[in-house]
Amino acid sequence: MDLIMIRDVKKTYKTGTTAIYDLNLNIKKGEFMFIIGSTGCGKSTLIKMLYREEKPTSGKIIVGGLDVGKIRNRKVYKLRRKIGVVFQDYLLLPNLTAYENVAYALEVLGLPKEEIHTKVMKVLDLVGLKNKAKQYPNHLSGGEQQRVAIARAIVNGPKILICDEPTGNLDPKTSMEIMEVLEAINELGTTIIMVTHDIDIVKKLKKRVVLLDSGRVVKDYKAGEYKNEKL
Amino acid sequence: MKSFRILNRNIRDSFKSVFRNFSLSLASVSCTTITLIVVSLSIMLSLNVNNFTDIIEKNVTAVAFLDSDIEPEQIEKIYDKILTLDNIECGDVINKYCENVQPMDKMTISKEMMDSSDVLKRVMGEWDREESPIQDTIQVKVVDINLMSKTAKEIEQIDGVDIVKYGAGTIEKLVSTFVVVRKISIVAVIALVIVTAFLIANTIKITIMSRRKEIEIMRLVGASNINIRLPFIFEGLILGILGSIIPIIISIYGYTTIYNHLDGHVITPLIKLIPPTPFVYYISLAIVVIGMVVGMFASARAVRKYLKI
Ligand SMILES: Nc1ncnc2c1ncn2[C@@H]1O[C@H](COP(=O)(O)OP(=O)(O)OP(=O)(O)O)[C@@H](O)[C@H]1O
Ligand SMILES: [Mg+2]
Repeated sequence: MDLIMIRDVKKTYKTGTTAIYDLNLNIKKGEFMFIIGSTGCGKSTLIKMLYREEKPTSGKIIVGGLDVGKIRNRKVYKLRRKIGVVFQDYLLLPNLTAYENVAYALEVLGLPKEEIHTKVMKVLDLVGLKNKAKQYPNHLSGGEQQRVAIARAIVNGPKILICDEPTGNLDPKTSMEIMEVLEAINELGTTIIMVTHDIDIVKKLKKRVVLLDSGRVVKDYKAGEYKNEKL
Repeated sequence: MKSFRILNRNIRDSFKSVFRNFSLSLASVSCTTITLIVVSLSIMLSLNVNNFTDIIEKNVTAVAFLDSDIEPEQIEKIYDKILTLDNIECGDVINKYCENVQPMDKMTISKEMMDSSDVLKRVMGEWDREESPIQDTIQVKVVDINLMSKTAKEIEQIDGVDIVKYGAGTIEKLVSTFVVVRKISIVAVIALVIVTAFLIANTIKITIMSRRKEIEIMRLVGASNINIRLPFIFEGLILGILGSIIPIIISIYGYTTIYNHLDGHVITPLIKLIPPTPFVYYISLAIVVIGMVVGMFASARAVRKYLKI
């Protein structure tokens, strides 16, 4: 069984907008997948349904054996602990240091202090921020802030890392550095799903690419297949 | 152990966030303070009015004057008849008579009068039971003061009763005024507590709105709903307690001062204020409990909005 299975999923918002139509998709464990497509085609909606920020109107989504649509509101946190999420705008708490921001995700789980320390330092090392642990977010560059956000997303060892335009606010060089971090995480076994508008990144990494248009999958390129297609 | 650590962290975070969001906390606390002062004042007022009414109701006595030529055996019969009336309750028995219905024969009354003045002693000392102009009486306390006039009439109907006297009119007016005031003040206290709840809830809601990001992040990293709510609930609790400090100080010192200044009664010594101890401590307890409960519920409700999908 694949890690993520999406079956005939449709999403209509309360406003009446249908963002996703009859979508089918399978994602294997350990895969690195890009989701691309023009603005408003439903990319964010699709991944929001994976971590149950939105519920599908119809159809079925299975993530790691859990039927996401059926999870009760009170139990959503159990799913969230299996999935790390990173956004374009980092979403760090400004009054906490880099270390504290990452530790926050473990404190919420009630881990003992020593264990938190070991895990946080390890993951800060992985994203290359060990020496900036004590800095506050407003003293960090955009790329560094995004690394903190990534560190926080993976510190708990989730199976899946979902990124919604993680490089959207970063220059090309910094973006590539972030991509190197994500590739390293992927190599450690984490499945990565990344929404992006940055075609250069997509071309360079040669991973699986899913192209959405008006809420439908119009192309599903295997790793390395995506060349210079027009969006 | 694990949940203890989480709880511990929640409490710590709540304290931190009260200070971190200082201006908003101050707004919540001031709002709570002001409303709780008003709540406290109205509770104290209401309880005192209640107390006045009780005192008056307990102390209003009707006096049945018996016919002058009555024989002592007849008095017993009248006494028994009065006891059968609806609005009369026997109460404790004191010297073979009920505490609420006490006969006083004319010789006892004469003796009391003579003891109180030498002039009376000289005049009245001569009289024996036959020639005394003083009447035997039965003093009656009723259950429901509002039915006093009806009961008085019923007693007058009894053979051998000459006339029944009580503070007709004024007593009833006073009591019915107090009853109205009491009803109004109870409604006012309830209304105030509700208004307080809304005010505090709103202030806390604003506090929490400014912290949506924090809640969003907590949800994202897999904090359970109860874990997201707990720090905010503790925070509401802390704000409620902080907000009740000044009202409690004002209640304790204010009431004690007023009580001492007025010598413990209003207008007449009959209308007694409730003594400050332990009254003010009960009031303080009520205030802090209202503050805590309202604070907790307000913030629990405010967060809930952000926990739905
Ligand atoms: N919460 C919402 N309520 C109502 N409609 C929404 C909501 N979120 C998104 N939509 C609508 O759903 C459609 C898809 O939006 P979505 O955010 O998924 O697009 P996207 O592909 O992520 O776009 P972008 O590349 O600009 O981020 C859009 O028409 C949008 O207006
Ligand atoms: Mg989007």
